[in-house]
Amino acid sequence: MRCDEAEILLQALIDGELDAGHAREVEAHVATCAKCAALLKDYREMSKAVADAGARYTAPPELRRRIEASLPVQRPSRRAVLRGFALGSAVSAIAATGLVAIVLRNDDEARIQSEIVSAHLRSLQAGHLTDVLSTDQHTVKPWFNGRLDVAPPVVDLTAQGFTLVGGRLDYVDARALGAVVYRRRSHVINLFVAQTTNTGHRAATIETIQGFNIRRWSERGLNFWAVSDLAMDELADFGEKFESAMRSG
Amino acid sequence: MPVKISDNNPDRARRFRDAALPYLDDVYTLARYLLRDASDAEDAVQECYLRALKHFESYRGPAIKPWLFAILRNVCHAEYARRAHAPAGNVEDLPDSAEQVPVWQEAQETPEAQIVRRWDADTVRRLIAALAEPFRETFVLREIQNLSYREIADVAEVPVGTVMSRLARARAMLRSAWLAEQEQPK
Repeated sequence: MRCDEAEILLQALIDGELDAGHAREVEAHVATCAKCAALLKDYREMSKAVADAGARYTAPPELRRRIEASLPVQRPSRRAVLRGFALGSAVSAIAATGLVAIVLRNDDEARIQSEIVSAHLRSLQAGHLTDVLSTDQHTVKPWFNGRLDVAPPVVDLTAQGFTLVGGRLDYVDARALGAVVYRRRSHVINLFVAQTTNTGHRAATIETIQGFNIRRWSERGLNFWAVSDLAMDELADFGEKFESAMRSG
Repeated sequence: MPVKISDNNPDRARRFRDAALPYLDDVYTLARYLLRDASDAEDAVQECYLRALKHFESYRGPAIKPWLFAILRNVCHAEYARRAHAPAGNVEDLPDSAEQVPVWQEAQETPEAQIVRRWDADTVRRLIAALAEPFRETFVLREIQNLSYREIADVAEVPVGTVMSRLARARAMLRSAWLAEQEQPK
């Protein structure tokens, strides 16, 4: 490999965009070329320095206010009311859960998926992402005990490139459900878990709603929705890794 | 800039608000880097959200952030055109040679030097602002906004190979700028 080729491919190596075969080729070149080795080291440090520097900007509050004001007036949604109600007391949350059908009907699925996306979006607002913040599955999993009528499986996928961030209690369709939060680069993945009476396996489907990809599947009496702005193939990859880790665990 | 959206669908507006507002800081950040002016950036972001709401109904993915970025980019290019006195930011206006200079020639002979210790936000912003378009755009989308090459290619409407060569150029120029800065006595 020539240096000019290597320098282009170095970028992809740094950014994690190179497939394994090319990565080996570049690494082999770098191992024998002091110039390219120095560049790789400098670029990696530069990348980290830029990320650490906090060079992002925050939109002025006045701009945010102007944009919000330009949108039509929002009425308080039914969900917001239910959410407040459910959060108000654990007892009333359980009562509310008992009042709605446990099994999600097919004709409700589109609506549920849209609510799942809204829940994902709410979680991205500052400070809403996690109730329990931990990269340790043995901390996140017990946290759900007593908060939910299900035990969401919490799987460590760090080695597969998906970092566990924490867990959260969320409300969709007026029911409490568990959200396990993962991160891939800067992308957040919310994995929503709810109980279902159907204990069979249901193969995964992927849909795009409002620009977010949702991978939905069922296993061992649980419904799963993985939501993210990750590309479809990466989210599919996440789902497959999660399913296989769950089976082997 | 006075704003009036005639949208008679509050539900759509609510969905748009939920989907797009969490990215306001991201969009504003990109606008600041593309336009290098706080007040122009504010106007561009506002215009971007107006256009985005208008097209939200027909929007089908792939992801909301790159979609907003692509709209913002169009808004910014209109702004470039308006600034007749300022250097054009249009990619097409750049001489071909800007893309064809081999990046290798930019690299300097300092293999052992630790070029970066700690950069503060102002230094990073200043050095990035000094990069020429379209290298600045590509670099910011990658290093500040964390987009994948595919997403950057879609936003900037160029092939992935071009994204890679622009990124190589941007990093080489940034490295040179940093080294030059270190050599200057304070």
